[in-house]
Amino acid sequence: MRVSPDIFGNHELGLMVRARRAGVLAANLANADTPNYKARDLDFSSALEASGAISDLTLATTNSAHLGGADRAQPGGDLKYRIPFQPSLDGNTVETPIEMAAFSENAVRYQASLMFINRTINAIETALTGQ
Amino acid sequence: MSLFQIFDVSGSAMTAQSLRLNTTASNLANAESVAGNPRAAYKARHPIFASLMNEFGATGDEDESAVGVRVLGIVESSAPALVRYQPDHPMADAKGNVYVSNVNSIEEMTNMIAASRSFQSNVEIINTSRDLLLKTITMGARG
Repeated sequence: MRVSPDIFGNHELGLMVRARRAGVLAANLANADTPNYKARDLDFSSALEASGAISDLTLATTNSAHLGGADRAQPGGDLKYRIPFQPSLDGNTVETPIEMAAFSENAVRYQASLMFINRTINAIETALTGQ
Repeated sequence: MSLFQIFDVSGSAMTAQSLRLNTTASNLANAESVAGNPRAAYKARHPIFASLMNEFGATGDEDESAVGVRVLGIVESSAPALVRYQPDHPMADAKGNVYVSNVNSIEEMTNMIAASRSFQSNVEIINTSRDLLLKTITMGARG
């Protein structure tokens, strides 16, 4: 039997996107009291669909003096602004309970992806040692 | 790596919230302070928060999602000092008035609870992120 090169499936990308989303949600919660801060999030399903195009976006250089342009594309694509249920007077759109719920959900899904990767590694190890 | 940046982001928020708690403590402690003239009366202080964009991207992997909090400054309330007629007070002026600080105790109490809650949620975020990171570094371990 041949082991496929992408044995971890989507979970490798899943971990990166989940880690980035955890950062975005943490930033939202950190700014829960900052006037005019707009809560942001990323869309996981569209991130997965766009996963093939993550690192293909670099600037073309036709002259040695041109700067290559760092690849700023992040796993998960662009951030989107959240639509608040109850906008507050100071222009802040962070709703702490929603952000906390999203953060917990994200953490669980991160651990799930991690567990799938761990099990795959263990399965291959078992196959290698033949016990 | 976003999970490491969470420590910076949430840490900056905790610093800002503890400064807010500090000003609240100062305001409540001085809620009954009196002075001999309106200018010398204690004025309630409040911090102004602002987002801190891209401060933590110094390692090269800049990420627009790393938004910390910084304290722009501390402003004094412009509400007028309360005038209290107390001719027997040693600090009373010629008209027998003393001037009490303009601290609104109810506002300060709500501020204190809000700051405390925000601080707690940031601590929770840091704990969760630490758990995730600890699990990630043991990836592939048997058992």
